Amino acid sequence: MNSQLRLYCDTSQLSDLRQFLEAILNKTLLSDIEQHQVILAVEEVCANLIIHSHDCNSKEYIDLNVVSSQSLVVFEILDFGKGFNILEYQEPEISQVIKSKRKGGLGIILVKRIMDKIEFESLENKNICRLYKILNSK
Amino acid sequence: MLNIEKHIEDGNWVLILTGEIDASNSVELDAAVSEVVQEGAKKILIDCSELDYISSAGLGVFMSYLDDFEENNVKMVIFDLKDKVFQVFHILGLDQLITIRPTKEEALKD
Repeated sequence: MNSQLRLYCDTSQLSDLRQFLEAILNKTLLSDIEQHQVILAVEEVCANLIIHSHDCNSKEYIDLNVVSSQSLVVFEILDFGKGFNILEYQEPEISQVIKSKRKGGLGIILVKRIMDKIEFESLENKNICRLYKILNSK
Repeated sequence: MLNIEKHIEDGNWVLILTGEIDASNSVELDAAVSEVVQEGAKKILIDCSELDYISSAGLGVFMSYLDDFEENNVKMVIFDLKDKVFQVFHILGLDQLITIRPTKEEALKD
């Protein structure tokens, strides 16, 4: 099954994103808790792009394609502009987050712990981040 | 949508969080915690029985206060988390850094 959502770069869109993902994941074999975590991971990547790559400019957008089969769900997150390479990002230590009193930095850790595989590619102006969740995995 | 209700109960500040916390509204949580701190709260109980979702933006708010709370002897206790929400704290190991209790009664004992 293939589903698409265009998300304009405004954080108020995040609740729509969750509803969209919930409808897709409900039909998979993932437990309620796993569904919740996968929704969170996808949202973290999108929120990061909305805020840091697109400065919450609601005229810009992110395209999300979700391809699900019996054994795998793939989330392809596509945007244009300055890319954010999640694989190169060095996430902070939790202790460092506490000391610096920074409110960010935890999202990418969550994504890496929840998802089974992450890919990133950037071609000219177009960036694609792919998140893979194997059904009945971690 | 997020709703935050604040009141004092037996000398403790209680914050009741209802709904979902994400990057669009985590500033509201920050403002609520900051307000009770400014009121001189020494113990803050966070009722999460009606909290359905928290993203890193919300978790980051709690984390940003931990150092100050330790320095100023302020106790923050989160209680009655739904399992799916608790698991998010657990993935990051925050359940080892933040006091989390299953019920309000147990939260009051801390």
